[in-house]
Amino acid sequence: MTYIPKPKVRHPSLPRNALGLTRRDYEGALSTLCAGCGHDSITAALTEAIWGLSLEPQNIAKLSGIGCSSKTTAYFVSGGHGFNSVHGRMPSIAMGANAANRNLHYIGVSGDGDTLSIGLGQFAHAIRRNLNMLYVIENNGVYGLTKGQFSASADIGSKAKKGDVNQQPPIDPVLLALSLGASFVARSFSGDKAQLVPLLQAGLRHRGFALIDVISPCVTFNDHEGSTKSYAYTREHYEPAVNAGFVPFEREIVVDYAEGECLPVVMHDGSRIVLHKLAKDYDPTDRVAASAYIQARAKQGEFLTGLLYVDETQKEFHELNGTPDVPLNSLSPELLSPGAKGLDRILARFR
Amino acid sequence: MPALPAQDRVNDFAIKIATVNGTGSASANTLLMKAIFRSGIPVMGKNYFPSNIQGLPTWYEIRVSRDGHVARSGRVDLMVAMNAETYGKDVREVATGGYLVYDSTWPRPALFTREDITVIGVPLAKLCNEAFKGVRTRILMKNICYAGVLAALLDLDLARMRELLAETYAKKPQLVDSNMQAIQLGYDYARAHFSCPLPLRCAPMDRTGGHILIDGNTAAGLGAMFAGATVAAWYPITPSTSVMDAFKSFCEKWRVDPATGRKNFAFIQAEDELAAIGMVLGASWNGARAFTATSGPGISLMNEFFGLAYYAEIPAVIFDVQRVGPSTGMPTRTQQCDFLSCAYASHGDTKHVCLYPANPEECFYFAVAAFDLAERLQTPVMVLSDLDIGMNDWMCRDLKWDEGRKADRGKVLPLEEIVKLEKFHRFLDKDDDGIPYRTLPGVHPKAAYFTRGSGHNQYGAYTEDSAEYQVVVDRLTRKFHTARSHVPRPVIEAAAGRTDVGIVAAGSSDGAVREALAVLAGMGVPADYMRVRGFPFNDEVDRFLESHRLVFVVEQNRDAQLRSLLTLETPVEKSKLRSLLHYSGLPISSSFIIEGVLAEVAPKPLRSVGPAHGA
Repeated sequence: MTYIPKPKVRHPSLPRNALGLTRRDYEGALSTLCAGCGHDSITAALTEAIWGLSLEPQNIAKLSGIGCSSKTTAYFVSGGHGFNSVHGRMPSIAMGANAANRNLHYIGVSGDGDTLSIGLGQFAHAIRRNLNMLYVIENNGVYGLTKGQFSASADIGSKAKKGDVNQQPPIDPVLLALSLGASFVARSFSGDKAQLVPLLQAGLRHRGFALIDVISPCVTFNDHEGSTKSYAYTREHYEPAVNAGFVPFEREIVVDYAEGECLPVVMHDGSRIVLHKLAKDYDPTDRVAASAYIQARAKQGEFLTGLLYVDETQKEFHELNGTPDVPLNSLSPELLSPGAKGLDRILARFR
Repeated sequence: MPALPAQDRVNDFAIKIATVNGTGSASANTLLMKAIFRSGIPVMGKNYFPSNIQGLPTWYEIRVSRDGHVARSGRVDLMVAMNAETYGKDVREVATGGYLVYDSTWPRPALFTREDITVIGVPLAKLCNEAFKGVRTRILMKNICYAGVLAALLDLDLARMRELLAETYAKKPQLVDSNMQAIQLGYDYARAHFSCPLPLRCAPMDRTGGHILIDGNTAAGLGAMFAGATVAAWYPITPSTSVMDAFKSFCEKWRVDPATGRKNFAFIQAEDELAAIGMVLGASWNGARAFTATSGPGISLMNEFFGLAYYAEIPAVIFDVQRVGPSTGMPTRTQQCDFLSCAYASHGDTKHVCLYPANPEECFYFAVAAFDLAERLQTPVMVLSDLDIGMNDWMCRDLKWDEGRKADRGKVLPLEEIVKLEKFHRFLDKDDDGIPYRTLPGVHPKAAYFTRGSGHNQYGAYTEDSAEYQVVVDRLTRKFHTARSHVPRPVIEAAAGRTDVGIVAAGSSDGAVREALAVLAGMGVPADYMRVRGFPFNDEVDRFLESHRLVFVVEQNRDAQLRSLLTLETPVEKSKLRSLLHYSGLPISSSFIIEGVLAEVAPKPLRSVGPAHGA
């Protein structure tokens, strides 16, 4: 990976968001991933989603572990701090950062190796704490940087580039997250920007842990015949179940929807997600039914996409901890130390 | 061991109480120790307990020392043998001329009697079975009952014991009466059947004013609150857990907004130590003061993150309450066995700032200092306490807080400085001290930078360029050199006369060394003393080692880790450093050090024995 500053070219006619910023203002360093990598499409969708929500760039904190996916936090919003930590441990960095300042937008980008193998424990516990962050898995079923080993999301029977056939069952982050009590669970495909952008926006607005598992084919090691995470295979087998239309509070519009097909979900900040149910008998607010439906379709070789489960009522970490609305890192020293008189009172117990 | 004259034993003896854990003996032992402390007599209490909840042998040692010695002497003058399982061993441990108290409800085999000690049999179980109902109550009261026996034998004030019970059971006053009843039973029996008090007894003094009895973990948790820590993340591990318990309970009292009930702190039980240190780094990166507490196995697990924190220059405070290793080792026994694993934690070229508190008082002050150092130096700071300091009550001077004290938050650029910058560069050494400037997320887009554990140049950008890489790691060396003048300086105490013999120690070995120094001086073996308190070692450490012909390095581990660190990090000639290594899991005693020194240095003849007697 080399560091190439990207030239900033601004055309006066570029569209601007509510802050007067263009999409270019939300870009990052030039990607050094392989040409055609699914991850770069996700980076583009993230840039679009954040620009569209008019978030202040300095209020974005981008966090990642190690791997191809984890590099991508350098490729968007250069005006926000980034933290490329250690393999599989991004959730703990996010937890600490969020504890210190609850008012930033935390975006974690991880991969299937980073999340489902080395980082499975931290991933699970971040969900249990309902840590308020957007957690994107760029899922390609393969280890890229170490050249083509299977990851824990590889399907049984999927063939590696060198010919090995995977025999072990995959870990599905969506089903896992549902079983752990996740409050926002989605799946998408890097090649479906129209579906992905509103999902990312809804995830950013969700109060709590928002998981979006994005199938993101690896053009170098997992895009061949026999792979179940190739572009061709993915296009053939993915099935949008619930598409989300994100409606910011400040630009609320009347949405026409037919009863039983669309479902509006009001977010804590007043904005809404309108869920377009493409599968009529699917209920994205019923955890048990959602889980059963996803598994049933997976058995038939299809993977469901869209906002598969959402619950806006679950308390996130700070609500459970009872921390104040202002960030802990902004509290004045007088609030934190009992002072000399306080110490005298404390010591009475030890005499 | 020769018997000592009776008149010398007032306020100068050691008691050991052998019980079974989970039977309430801890309350009785604490009561005894506090009663002595409240009588104005310096006292030490140490708990030797098993890694178990109920049913295994446990011992409590109380040393009464009018001279203020806080370490184990190495001798036992009075044994309270309440545990049949360890009875034989316990009897053997009593010094000649000493005393044995046992529960005479059941006869002991003749095998265990000794001619050279006084045996005091009290039918504790019988007394309590007659006076109390319920199996559990009878067991608990039997242990409180021996406190009453000791009160009679040692001449402790019963009114003071009632006062202590009233404080302990403020919310359950009925327990004060039942406990007092058990104490009175033992007290009356002893007075009726034996000549009370014994020659070794307590007589009120006025030497504990301005002092407190506190354990190091509580003091460390208190220090973290006073330092302004707001994020605490940890995974439970003996013997460090009570650091976090203390922090939480102090914060619940002092950090909760009375109007809103909101907590001005975040307390996170992590899924493991890897996550705990990750949370600390995330919070510190984001501008909060954050810490964790752990022990050796946790330090091992945190190693990968320590390397990131060192290289990406993120503050962190870690309390390592050391316990016996390797592996799970003996988790409830003490050692100083993480000197090396902390100093060089993680892969690649890494070195870490370490502090070595010697007692709970320093746990408090070093906790406060650690947060300043971590933010000033932008690096992890490890505070190496141990189980002996952390979990035993120590008599310490009152803790003080300077109202004018301002926290050193280090080189963090505020918004008004950021807007003036052309461009922010994270790792430039602008002040020639090896410490760069950092910015916090959420302040200004111009201040944004990318934190990474991969190769980066001094501007903060990714690099695989050899020269650029070396510029950064060489600056980190300079930064570590700067740390030498920031860590606490060693405490150096010169002997009364000239000597070319030195003793070096760190942490909890201090009390035993001080007592040994006094005894050795009295025997004509004066030695200068240096207690190191921080790593990297500062110049005074180099000079002390340089200026002595023979230096004993006293430490509580098998492999001479402190000695290794001194030979690696100072110019000292290795051959003049002699190790005195104590690694049994019990706190080091003064007699161990005295014997070790005398094996190498012959005492001068015609000198009388000094103020203490630790042989």
